[in-house]
Amino acid sequence: MSSIHATSLPTGHALREAIRRRERSAEEITRAALHDAESLQGPLHAYIRLLPERALERARRIDGLVRAGEPLGTLAGVPVAVKDLFCLQGEFTTCGSRILENFRSPYSATVVEKLEAAGAIIIGKTNMDEFAMGSSCENSAFFPTRNPWDTTRVPGGSSGGSASTVGARTVPIALGTDTGGSIREPASFCNIVGVKPTYGRVSRYGMIAFASSLDQAGPMTADVRDAADVLEVIAGYDPMDSTSVDVAVPPYASELPDDLHGVRIGIVAEFEASIAQGDAALAALYKQAYKDLERLGAQLVEVHLPHAQYGLATYYLIAPAECSSNLARYDGARYGRRVDGDGDVYAMFDRTRAAGFGDEVKRRIILGTYALSTGYYDAYYVRAQKVRTLIKSDFDSAFAECDVIACPAVSCPPFELGAKSQDPLAMYLMDYFTIPMSLAGIPALSIPAGYVSDLPVGLQIVAPAFHEGRMLAVAHAYEQATQHAAARIPAVRSEGARAS
Amino acid sequence: MQQAIERNVSYQPVIGLEVHVELATQSKMFCGCRNVFGAPPNTLVCPVCLGMPGTLPVINRRAVEFLCKTGMALGCDVAPFSKFDRKNYFYPDMPKNYQISQYDMPLTTGGSVRLASGKRIALNRIHLEEDTGKNIHAGTSMAASEYTLIDYNRAGVPLMEIVSEPHIATPEEAEQYLSALKSVLSYIGVSDVKMHEGSLRCDANISVRPAGTSTLGVKAEVKNMNSFRSVVRALRFEIERQTEALTSGERIIQETRNWDDARGVTYSTRSKEQAHDYRYFPDPDLVPLTLDDATLAQWREELPELPLDKRDRFIAEYGVSEYEAGILTEDRSAAEFFEAVARACGDGKQAANWMLGDVRRSLEKHSLTLATSPVRPAQLAELIRIVAAGQISGKAAKEVCDAVVAEGTDPQAVVAQRGLSQISDTEAVGAMVDDALAANPESVASYKGGKAKALEFLVGQVMKSSRGKANIDIVRELLRERLG
Ligand SMILES: [Zn+2]
Repeated sequence: MSSIHATSLPTGHALREAIRRRERSAEEITRAALHDAESLQGPLHAYIRLLPERALERARRIDGLVRAGEPLGTLAGVPVAVKDLFCLQGEFTTCGSRILENFRSPYSATVVEKLEAAGAIIIGKTNMDEFAMGSSCENSAFFPTRNPWDTTRVPGGSSGGSASTVGARTVPIALGTDTGGSIREPASFCNIVGVKPTYGRVSRYGMIAFASSLDQAGPMTADVRDAADVLEVIAGYDPMDSTSVDVAVPPYASELPDDLHGVRIGIVAEFEASIAQGDAALAALYKQAYKDLERLGAQLVEVHLPHAQYGLATYYLIAPAECSSNLARYDGARYGRRVDGDGDVYAMFDRTRAAGFGDEVKRRIILGTYALSTGYYDAYYVRAQKVRTLIKSDFDSAFAECDVIACPAVSCPPFELGAKSQDPLAMYLMDYFTIPMSLAGIPALSIPAGYVSDLPVGLQIVAPAFHEGRMLAVAHAYEQATQHAAARIPAVRSEGARAS
Repeated sequence: MQQAIERNVSYQPVIGLEVHVELATQSKMFCGCRNVFGAPPNTLVCPVCLGMPGTLPVINRRAVEFLCKTGMALGCDVAPFSKFDRKNYFYPDMPKNYQISQYDMPLTTGGSVRLASGKRIALNRIHLEEDTGKNIHAGTSMAASEYTLIDYNRAGVPLMEIVSEPHIATPEEAEQYLSALKSVLSYIGVSDVKMHEGSLRCDANISVRPAGTSTLGVKAEVKNMNSFRSVVRALRFEIERQTEALTSGERIIQETRNWDDARGVTYSTRSKEQAHDYRYFPDPDLVPLTLDDATLAQWREELPELPLDKRDRFIAEYGVSEYEAGILTEDRSAAEFFEAVARACGDGKQAANWMLGDVRRSLEKHSLTLATSPVRPAQLAELIRIVAAGQISGKAAKEVCDAVVAEGTDPQAVVAQRGLSQISDTEAVGAMVDDALAANPESVASYKGGKAKALEFLVGQVMKSSRGKANIDIVRELLRERLG
């Protein structure tokens, strides 16, 4: 068995230290990760494409730096996976779609460049819901990805491939993107840490857009320290992205306490009412999580988000509106798939888009086109933006009472493949607890909080804009005290171990 | 009966122009690609202006500056806060299938263009957007072509749209509007305003209505006019077409019509475009644009004197006619050249005469312009001075001017090299006059006998003996004196 660690969670920082101390080479670690990814591709289908040559070449370069005693980056030699919507120069970047199946990007995303500059080794591009639209990874045009804790279940989405491979412990770190919960929900489903930073904290340049005013890239990692390290690497102003914000990036990883004395944690009354009506075991798990936070010294305070209940409706106007425009460029004229045939160029556009996009993408393009149409724009788009402002001010009021908010990340543990794929509304509801933060543009993360029927569940920690440090600090203390993820091995691992 | 009444009605046109101006910035509107005309197809492109997946726009500050300066020059209100919107429609020369433009919060509103006649045409707005690429059809149109090639060099070039109110009364006034606008734009240096290269493009909205009424008629939008001349022709055609239609009881439909310059007609495009709902919404990839007072004040400070202001000042300051001042100020550098000459020689009237007369002719003769000729203002001023001082004759002066314009040699040097100096010394000329009088007694006699023409013969004799160098005015004066 050549997986990196059979039993303990392989963190990025542990691997980095091993490389620094010359106990292991980057090449050896990369080979192991690639081998593991390949052998788990059958049960998980986490990757759309592995990049062995590129990865090994870069790993050898890191080993050269180690031998020469050169300074090493924060992620030197650490194998990482990136969602297949981050452009990587010269490599295929599909966005989980047939329409970009043959698209090779002529340039790299800023975050990918930052990761590689810090020494990270990108071993592959992970599967995702097409154009990041979905909550189960079943909307990938290629194949669904499965949950390492139960391969009959979904890994969540849209960053399902990234969550699955980190959950399976193939790599300690992956990059995902979150528009309405696409990092946090799969992180919860796969028992890992998933961070959606403040909107503007991380550059969106080179990240294929779904909904521009909501999309943010973020780390999906084995533990909080890795998330802090990665965030520190990828955050910061990018002159190529006008919406990125020029706010100094603090040293997140060096400010991770073990207790929560003096921290006021808000518990959202409306969310608790909602969770109390669902699965009792899940409700109990979250109650326990809040108790654990209190035990660590935090003071729990009740806060209210009266407009959060309109989040879903608001989101499903704004996100499709932006997507209908963002996805117009995929017409077969310049790159990607083209379906030739009779008729003029518009007929070609129609054929290409009809064949290139999946059902969910088409549904959202139609929704968004409708919402932006003359006569409906004011009633839908403008109104949704007003509600968005109300949701944002709800959070402002809540943060006057508390430092961070703790709340459910999901309303259920991972579900079985196919369980919701015929019911788009049920699927949309999966993001009930994550969408308000996306609309408000504030940072939020999901951290392993225990198990319901042996399936992982995440707790969400939310902070005011640009206070990721505060959020990571609370998550770290909670993680150190509870050790939920470290306590168990994902099923796909033990099955694999049994088989070998 | 109704028909009969309508036949007696005279119609008057209502015209509004939408002028698109490519801004002469170094780089494109939202990426770093170079903004120049005439490069080989698809060589001035990058992932951003090709609309590749994942790319984002970044506003070109210089383009904003150019637009604001234009607005300031035209007396517009410059918005300290504006935003960019997406105009969504599918077209193959538009890489993203949306154009980044400004919808409800343009950079400037109001203002006016002052025509040479003094009339002002009010502006509605000026906004900033990105240009599209260019379709190059194998045939005459996209529909009639086996294939179409696309050149994206122009995609993303900063484009300023200047929208007038429908206050233009005639095709001729439309032309005056365009030329006044062009002049202002080239003065402030924001565009090279070349209509044939497409850096200035004009669409017209035109309707007609019975004279004396105030309700607007149904308008046609006329496109594809590639020169000022074709704008005038297209508008004349439309006035006639619409008037005829209305007089014969037809209904005008709101539509887009293309001007066919060769056939001299407009025709309905019947394009799918007309059914478009552009679904404008704020571009979420860009943050709203805010301009602080200090920046705006600085831009205002940097504005040059505008053409018509300069024209008025030239009339007042240099005593030139309105007509002369108008021509002198058509081009900013020519106007500045004139002013330098006028100041250096101290005679604006003469400076204008030379600039509009011999200098212009010499430039044309040598296929030069003021910019390409080596002539310097100081040299022309010197020429004017030595002519006034009588050092050279008017005829010699033309020769000197031509040499100065063609070669940039100092006038004094030309005079010396070619021996063109004039003899104005009264004693020397007096001696020559005396010789001529002595040699031609019969002419002296006939002059005294009342034949005035004989004087000219004597003048000619003196000029001949001096080989043209005698100052003719002094010769004439001395002859009269001696014969007096
Ligand atoms: Zn470009």
